[in-house]
Amino acid sequence: MEGLLIDDVSMRFELPNGSHVQALQNVSLNIANGELMSVLGPSGCGKTTFLNIVAGFLAPTAGNVELNGSAVSGPGSERGMVFQQGALFEWMNVRDNVAFGPNMKGMSKSESSGVVDHLLETVGLQDFKDKAVYELSGGMQQRVALARCLANDPDVILMDEPLGALDALTREKMQGLVLKLWKETGKTIILITHSVEEALLLGERLLVMAPRPGRIHKEYRLPFADMGVGADLREVKKKEGYAETREEILTMIWDMEEEIMGRAEAAQ
Amino acid sequence: MIIALIYAAIFVVAFIAVRIVSKFMTARRDFTSLKTVTFGDESAVSPDRAATVFSVLGIFLIWGAFTGSSLTPIHVPGPFIGDTSFSYTARNPDGQTDDASVAIRVHVVGEEVEPPEIGDDSGFAKNDAATIAAWRSGLVRVRRNDEGGREDGYEVVRVNGQSIEPGKIVEVDNGTVSMTAKGTLSFEPEKGWQMEKIWLPAPEDVWSRLVEIASDGYRNFTLVEHLGWSLIRVIAGFALGSLVGIPLGYAMGLSNWFRGWFDPIVEFMRPVPPLALIPLVIIWFGIDETGKITLLFLAALWIMTIAARAGVSGVNITKIHAAYSLGASKWQIMRHVIVPNSLPEIFTGARVAMGVCWGTVVAAELVAAEKGAGQMIVAASKFQLTDIVIMGIILIGIIGYGIDILMRRAERFLVPWKGRS
Repeated sequence: MEGLLIDDVSMRFELPNGSHVQALQNVSLNIANGELMSVLGPSGCGKTTFLNIVAGFLAPTAGNVELNGSAVSGPGSERGMVFQQGALFEWMNVRDNVAFGPNMKGMSKSESSGVVDHLLETVGLQDFKDKAVYELSGGMQQRVALARCLANDPDVILMDEPLGALDALTREKMQGLVLKLWKETGKTIILITHSVEEALLLGERLLVMAPRPGRIHKEYRLPFADMGVGADLREVKKKEGYAETREEILTMIWDMEEEIMGRAEAAQ
Repeated sequence: MIIALIYAAIFVVAFIAVRIVSKFMTARRDFTSLKTVTFGDESAVSPDRAATVFSVLGIFLIWGAFTGSSLTPIHVPGPFIGDTSFSYTARNPDGQTDDASVAIRVHVVGEEVEPPEIGDDSGFAKNDAATIAAWRSGLVRVRRNDEGGREDGYEVVRVNGQSIEPGKIVEVDNGTVSMTAKGTLSFEPEKGWQMEKIWLPAPEDVWSRLVEIASDGYRNFTLVEHLGWSLIRVIAGFALGSLVGIPLGYAMGLSNWFRGWFDPIVEFMRPVPPLALIPLVIIWFGIDETGKITLLFLAALWIMTIAARAGVSGVNITKIHAAYSLGASKWQIMRHVIVPNSLPEIFTGARVAMGVCWGTVVAAELVAAEKGAGQMIVAASKFQLTDIVIMGIILIGIIGYGIDILMRRAERFLVPWKGRS
């Protein structure tokens, strides 16, 4: 079967004191190739656990994940990751960071240089090839991370709050870049975010998750990602339906947070 | 105590002088100079180079001033050297008294001098002459040439008009006179504040000794051999310690079994100072090179093991995850992620280990060796050759400092990303 299939996945962490946490409960999902899905939810709803299971860093306690018909049992280069920060290799310059995946597969530096140069141009870093990564700003570092992920030509790109550590202006620029890369490469993208705006702007599909146990609360199909490709994202925010959907989701998440707080208070 | 006060005075005077001078110079207009809050802002504190220069000069000034060095223009008062005299009054058994003078020539230690001339005088007490070396004291047997001086009841009662008895000290020109229990006078010339050579030689004496030993050697080995052997031992011990310690540290950082197996050994051996192992190492391996290199190997081993282990545990898990999802194998992650990521920690450990090894090798040589920097100074100390001891200490310090600077240079060159993630 084509695409990413998440079939009845549950994740239960046993704690040392005998109790347990149900991080995910019966999550089922189909993501077609080329879809961009953003995942939103209050903290503790299992977003990151979900991503780690898809990436293969965690094995679910129940259910299974399949990508294009083959089961996921560990990390693999067909599922690229972009982290919030700190995942670049400081001992390599920008070019070597981007070339890491191809080089690990046995490609020589000269063989991979074409791909690397092209990707660095795509993310706008062609003049920074030989810089050390710690000399770059946070936004530039995330551009390197995106290019490094794309250099491996993965089927799915998993993004764990990739823009969370950036300032508002840089973030907006990077949102445009993510949309551009998505359209140009046609990759499947799962993007985890804390920002409702970001989830609305980037998510062709938007998944709202609820905590305790972590589960899918509601799913939206949104037109804004398509509108935003190559356009001014601030204009997209003025489009019909944007403000209403944002308010609806915000209220939903606020209610969940209040419920958590209420439960915590009741427990005390 | 006096030296500490003088040092403090130099500190304050230099500070005030530099402050006054720098007032008349144009102030630097850098970012720090515009900060209004500098007290408590560590980044605004940079070493004042003038203070550094004055500090070094101050130490040499005090050293020179207290050793009568020819390098320093001012000196604290030295020991008295030259001719001086005092008079004494003797009383014979009949109760008569008579005066006579004592001429004393104080000379540099080791010099042979004639006693000063003395004139004739009347009376039963006769004039005396004596020679005494500076910083020493000497008996002046004034009664020996006096008429009736050896009879019972003949005694010296006054020195320079002040009464004297056994145990009492009379101040005279350029020194003090005391009386022994047997009634003999003892003269002690003024010592001044300067240090005698066997306690502290002047800087130029240390320098000339350095030149001499550099060309002639000491105890059958040249200076370069002494220092070179110490360095070779350190490098050999450190290299072996790293060779074993770094892989061991990696293994402990990567495998439960290795961590569990070696944890008690490492944690037990880490707090044992290498110096405490010297006796055991001598018993097991003797005093030749095997023993010393084993000791230094043990000194470096645990430090490097712990540094490598810390380097592995310091790898950000997202880097490992990123490398896996970029398709790297375990071996590639080891080679391209874990090793480079742990290099800053390993370099910090290497700097510490080199420092510890250098200190340990000197100590081990102090205990037993036939060549080496520590052996050189301990052998010299047995013959009161303080200049060699001081020269050795300075060279040991310079080499230790040099090692640290080299390690820091290497670190900046090899791991420029340190502290930048």
